[in-house]
Amino acid sequence: MTLAAEIKDHSPEKLLAPVLSAFWDEDRSWTLDVYRRHDGYEGLRKALAMTPDDLIAYVKEAGLRGRGGAGFPTGMKWQFIPQGDGKPHYLVVNADESEPGTCKDIPLLFANPHSLIEGIVIACYAIRSSHAFVYLRGEVVPVLRRLHAAVAEAYAAGFLGEDILGSGLDLDLTVHAGAGAYICGEETALLDSLEGRRGQPRLRPPFPAVAGLYACPTVVNNVESIASVPAILHKGKDWFRSMGSEKSPGFTLYSLSGHVASPGQYEAPLGITLRQLLDMSGGMRPGHRLKFWTPGGSSTPMFTEEHLDVPLDYEGVGAAGSMLGTKALQCFDETTCVVRAVTRWTEFYAHESCGKCTPCREGTYWLVQLLRDIEAGKGRMEDLDKLNDIADNINGKSFCALGDGAASPIFSSLKYFREEYEQHITGRGCPFDPAKSTAWADHRTEVNA
Amino acid sequence: MTTSSSQRGVGLGMPELPAPDYPDDVRARLEADAREVVARYPDSRSALLPLLHLVQSEEGHVTRTGMRFCAEVLGLTTAEVTAVATFYTMYRRRPSGDYQVGVCTNTLCAVMGGDAIFEELQEHLGVGNGETTDDGRITLEHIECNAACDYAPVVMVNWEFFDNQTPASARRMVDDLRAGRPVTPTRGAPLCTFKETARILAGFPDEREGAVEAGGSAGPASLVGLKLAKGEHPAARVVHPRGAAAPHGEPPHEPSPTEHLSSHDAPQDTSASDPANPAGPTAEEGE
Repeated sequence: MTLAAEIKDHSPEKLLAPVLSAFWDEDRSWTLDVYRRHDGYEGLRKALAMTPDDLIAYVKEAGLRGRGGAGFPTGMKWQFIPQGDGKPHYLVVNADESEPGTCKDIPLLFANPHSLIEGIVIACYAIRSSHAFVYLRGEVVPVLRRLHAAVAEAYAAGFLGEDILGSGLDLDLTVHAGAGAYICGEETALLDSLEGRRGQPRLRPPFPAVAGLYACPTVVNNVESIASVPAILHKGKDWFRSMGSEKSPGFTLYSLSGHVASPGQYEAPLGITLRQLLDMSGGMRPGHRLKFWTPGGSSTPMFTEEHLDVPLDYEGVGAAGSMLGTKALQCFDETTCVVRAVTRWTEFYAHESCGKCTPCREGTYWLVQLLRDIEAGKGRMEDLDKLNDIADNINGKSFCALGDGAASPIFSSLKYFREEYEQHITGRGCPFDPAKSTAWADHRTEVNA
Repeated sequence: MTTSSSQRGVGLGMPELPAPDYPDDVRARLEADAREVVARYPDSRSALLPLLHLVQSEEGHVTRTGMRFCAEVLGLTTAEVTAVATFYTMYRRRPSGDYQVGVCTNTLCAVMGGDAIFEELQEHLGVGNGETTDDGRITLEHIECNAACDYAPVVMVNWEFFDNQTPASARRMVDDLRAGRPVTPTRGAPLCTFKETARILAGFPDEREGAVEAGGSAGPASLVGLKLAKGEHPAARVVHPRGAAAPHGEPPHEPSPTEHLSSHDAPQDTSASDPANPAGPTAEEGE
């Protein structure tokens, strides 16, 4: 690749599109004052001037798709809420960001919580809800502080509470802190948890749109999805559709992490490639090359160097055999042992399996036993087929996607790195030195250089 | 019906007596708080998670008394409350330290050095996973991904972010905590005790002056894309890939001896950065 040519044609200024992150570098960016200086709550005014049905149609036409992993069209989710049914409707925002590698909603809520609150008011107007919840994972107290403060500001300014902006819309917003459980990021487990129960997924149907929170029609949306709505209203659906592709329009937050020169948040139109992101941000850490990466968290099948040019949108990543997921681009270089990485992820899934479904509860346990043996040089060749077999018995055979997620790293790592597994078995141990993968491994050489 | 068999071993004799109640003044205070929490929800049971945070803020962990209180306030059985309290990892079921130091050992942080940090702290503090130092100051544990992967390796103290840690920086931080010196997170407010943190989690805003402002608008990694988009380029453009795919001819990594079933939860030991020179990169940092 000729970097010089690429840089001219594809400068970061052209490739990136900061919208939600546009003013995170300003002093007190989380406050209502700063948000309003950046046209905050202007989208809400436009929304309130429409009928709720027109508003739903508008968001549908904009083509916004869920940013929490599944990519379901947001407007369609809203449309599924039955109207005139006499039951209360609820909006529940999924802020339980816990997918390994995923780190977009937390900085977003830390730096710009009002974009979420404005989006919540708009969504509740659309689905005729007068009570919304933000289910925030508990382990992020700095974010909880800012959400508490932002909600209080929004109430004081009349953006929450009774008769919002004279529209007749009444809305209460409750911030709810979770208590540590990855599974609660799954929407029906989240609802059970919000009802004060163990977070275990529910059998669907009925879907939350019909019987969600307290068995009432409920929309569950990811933070970034809802926070993207105000900008769509304010700047228009055509502006939104001018970014990304026909089926994956708009902007989104990509989170670059791992052995890269500049880990962080990159907000760009959907469809940017990892190569473009790496080129503009300094590439992998000096002297190393990309070995494997995840496009959207540990639950999305891993990619290798050959996938550097896959467009990171829903269709592009899907066609390449993985999923866009949460756009958590975890990059690992050649110092990283893939068996170690997959073993650790699998330990995570075993720990976080809620225990409801047998294939996931038992399968993740046995995967861990096999993987630990292999990593320790005590594995046998037939264990590799057994891994595949167990993963196959979990995948698609449990209530929720946790089991599918647990199978993904197994399938994909065996597909791309079977040799490395075999090396652990024939060499009776791990050929990698973990000290070389650490963030400080090259520090001294760098200083001396 | 027992709630603490894990602490005492499984007893086969008399069923456990009901937990004692809180003293009257404590109960009155908690009841007032609980009313406020319950009022936030259309259905009272939804208040259970925040109420468990609330009773944890009273005693530092979820006691049988705390669970009985939750059950009475919400009209549930203690069995129903226990089922919930034991499901979520943030509820402690044993007395623990003022500061919960959690080292992320999920894959990305582990690879970037979280394993080495966790090992260093275990050695330095002389405690294992989930254990508390003798002075009651620090409970050490390994945690799962905390949504800060662009700041790896990450350590959380009372659920405040300590980004881009090294074994040396983490060791210095726990020393400061034990000595009572002020410790400031990378992002977030100056540390409060675990009990005070639990109260915020119950939904009672942090009233300390400057707590919301602390840490600035966003951490540096959160801003890299924005800065690039504004035309601020990184210092040096690195010509990547070079080098071979896998290291050859190196001694096999010896796995840890702790790989038995009861270590299910624990990360495996890995060789630390450089045992001969544990200060490692912070030698430069300190200068």
